[in-house]
Amino acid sequence: MTIATPPSQTPEANLSLQPTGWLKYFSFSLDHKVIGLQYIVCGFLFYLIGGALAGVIRTELATPISDFVSRDTYNQVLTLHGTVMIFLWIVPVINGGFGNYLIPFYVGARDMAFPRLNAVAFWMIPPSGLLLISSYFIGGAAQSGWTAYPPLSITTPAMGQILWIVSVLLLGGSSIFGGINFIATILKFRQPGLKLMQMPMYCWAMLGTSILVVLATPVLAGTLILLSMDIVAHTGFFNPASGGNVVVYQHLFWFYSHPAVYIMVLPAFGLVSEILPIHARKPLFGYVTMVYSIMAIVVLGLVVWAHHMFTSGTPPWMRLFFTIATAFIAVPTGIKFFNWIATLWQGRLALNSAMLFSCAFILQFVFGGITGVALAQVPFDVHVHDTYFVVGHFHYIVYGGTVFVIFASIYHWFPKFTGRMLDEKLGRLHLALTFIGFNLCFAPQHWLGLNGMPRRVAEYDPQFTLINQISSVGALLMAISTLPFLFNVVISMVRGTPSGPNPWRALTPEWLTSSPPPVENWKGAAPLVHEPYGYGGPPGVMDLNQASGRDLWRNEP
Amino acid sequence: MTTITPINASSSTGGEAHGDHGEHGDHPDLRMFGLATFLVADAMTFAGFFAAYLTFRAVNPLPAGAIYELEMLLPVINTSILIASSFTFHRASKELMRGAMGACRGWLLVTALMGIAFLGGQMKEYFELPFGLTDNLFASTFYALTGFHGLHVCLGALMILIVWAQAAQPGKFTPQEHFGIAAAELYWHFVDVIWVILFALLYLL
Repeated sequence: MTIATPPSQTPEANLSLQPTGWLKYFSFSLDHKVIGLQYIVCGFLFYLIGGALAGVIRTELATPISDFVSRDTYNQVLTLHGTVMIFLWIVPVINGGFGNYLIPFYVGARDMAFPRLNAVAFWMIPPSGLLLISSYFIGGAAQSGWTAYPPLSITTPAMGQILWIVSVLLLGGSSIFGGINFIATILKFRQPGLKLMQMPMYCWAMLGTSILVVLATPVLAGTLILLSMDIVAHTGFFNPASGGNVVVYQHLFWFYSHPAVYIMVLPAFGLVSEILPIHARKPLFGYVTMVYSIMAIVVLGLVVWAHHMFTSGTPPWMRLFFTIATAFIAVPTGIKFFNWIATLWQGRLALNSAMLFSCAFILQFVFGGITGVALAQVPFDVHVHDTYFVVGHFHYIVYGGTVFVIFASIYHWFPKFTGRMLDEKLGRLHLALTFIGFNLCFAPQHWLGLNGMPRRVAEYDPQFTLINQISSVGALLMAISTLPFLFNVVISMVRGTPSGPNPWRALTPEWLTSSPPPVENWKGAAPLVHEPYGYGGPPGVMDLNQASGRDLWRNEP
Repeated sequence: MTTITPINASSSTGGEAHGDHGEHGDHPDLRMFGLATFLVADAMTFAGFFAAYLTFRAVNPLPAGAIYELEMLLPVINTSILIASSFTFHRASKELMRGAMGACRGWLLVTALMGIAFLGGQMKEYFELPFGLTDNLFASTFYALTGFHGLHVCLGALMILIVWAQAAQPGKFTPQEHFGIAAAELYWHFVDVIWVILFALLYLL
């Protein structure tokens, strides 16, 4: 069933042509809002699967011996956990989900530049996800971790590894199609009169992310094609036994997979930059520096990959270069951090769930960033390489960073998605459980790593038992924290307080239409927002709930 | 302060106003922009392959007997055919701009045939090479690179044959509106440029 953007005759006809009913979310819909929600809900289902896999890992690690699952199964579980969480939850949701929903609003368009390509990109995800998970049931899933380093990936059972490669190639293709669409939409599809430096910050974040997607993902695709030839046709690109070179695989892999961290975290930066000004009633601090920081992160992000390989026989000049380049990334990131703090400073803060999740993000992301700078230093990195320190650092970035922002964004945009508010009390319960659970789970892992507990192993020295059990309790809390969230979403969708078009009194264009928005986003003209962060003016000058667009325009000082 | 100005009061009337995107309306045609962005991505795949090949060459010494004097005559002829085919395609679009559809189709067909001739030459070379896919690192890289490029030529020739067939309908392509031909041409030039780099790296270096 295809629901194309219909050629509308009158605003009323426009409204009545909006596809209704839940079936549209299972259709090849071309509406960017439907596609965005498809990404978010589909990604959340994979999040539950990936979370269950994490539960298996933490249960196994509650005791020092391998007693919950077999060692082979443990390897499969950790590989699937990493792949599902990165390629099927975070990347699709933070890019495809919120990007598709919000970017057309922000550039004043009625849809993405290529609506059909957009739908194709989404519909590549469920089959490749099912393919990946089904590999567990047919001959066992891949066992070589989400990095698939050869020679491990060449010597473990081939079937699971090949299915893993096919699945990741499809997901990479989907990601590239999405990236092309975002670049075209942001650069070429803007409403006439909207200048680049007037766009909401999330547009810049998605532009930077999409540049990284388009430049880096194809390299991973090429590498995985070579790896599959090694497995299927017994060539020797990455197989030392046939004269190949494993380190070349690592270089090519990290050329994608380090930018992948920015592909996961830059959109989160953008979303936080949207949420904070609205709930602090202040303009976003340092807009221009934010933009340049994003672009600096994009450029630097492409030239730091070998800091993942300091123990791979990297020559000294390479170690020096990549240490310095990595340390430099802390500068633009630090600028963004201080800009967020300055945005909050002396604001009239509404400490609701969206704001609290964003603040938790700032706190945890800074901690993850500091351990990241530490990891860039060769002597330290050599000590903790492949230990739980890296696991702790990484989860502080992608869970403490990105996943917290995904939740903040759901609390913030749920009224727009459904026209109803989420329950605040349940939201705070969700926040408290997630925050405590997350920190309990991952902070101790730094200690484990510093004391030498290696990652990706089902058994460990009994002296680490207590700390591992604390970490497992944290994981249990995180699992429980999902329940109030799910309950909240289901209940609020049916019985939540109606939100009206603009419950946060926000100025960005997605709030200047009904909730949920009509098919072509606005009935009548699209609003042209020159200053998306113009909060905190003298009271009485501007009240968006009362004034029409023309009044605001006339009242401009 | 935010200004919210109605940009066009009648924008919901299909096809007449700014901001009316989708199946209708006068929004800019971004298909060429999208294709160009995709080709950047595609070029990065090749860049990854080239980087791998150069690193292999620099770091991994080949065993004795794995260093070949490649036969140059056939590849040079092949290269000339491919480069010349870029010019014949350019000629085809010049004819299109003049509105001479018959001549345009003729040159398109010539281009497609040259592409197929290139693939034939590649095939002949494969059969005559003294090494197989899994013999050694150089052999594997050689087949992977030329094979992946050959796949692109295959696709390009197919695209040209499709627009050639489409161009038989009168009015399908006009001097103003000819996305199919323009896209095939951009893609064909891209494949050509990649081959020149590949040829320099594999045969000359």
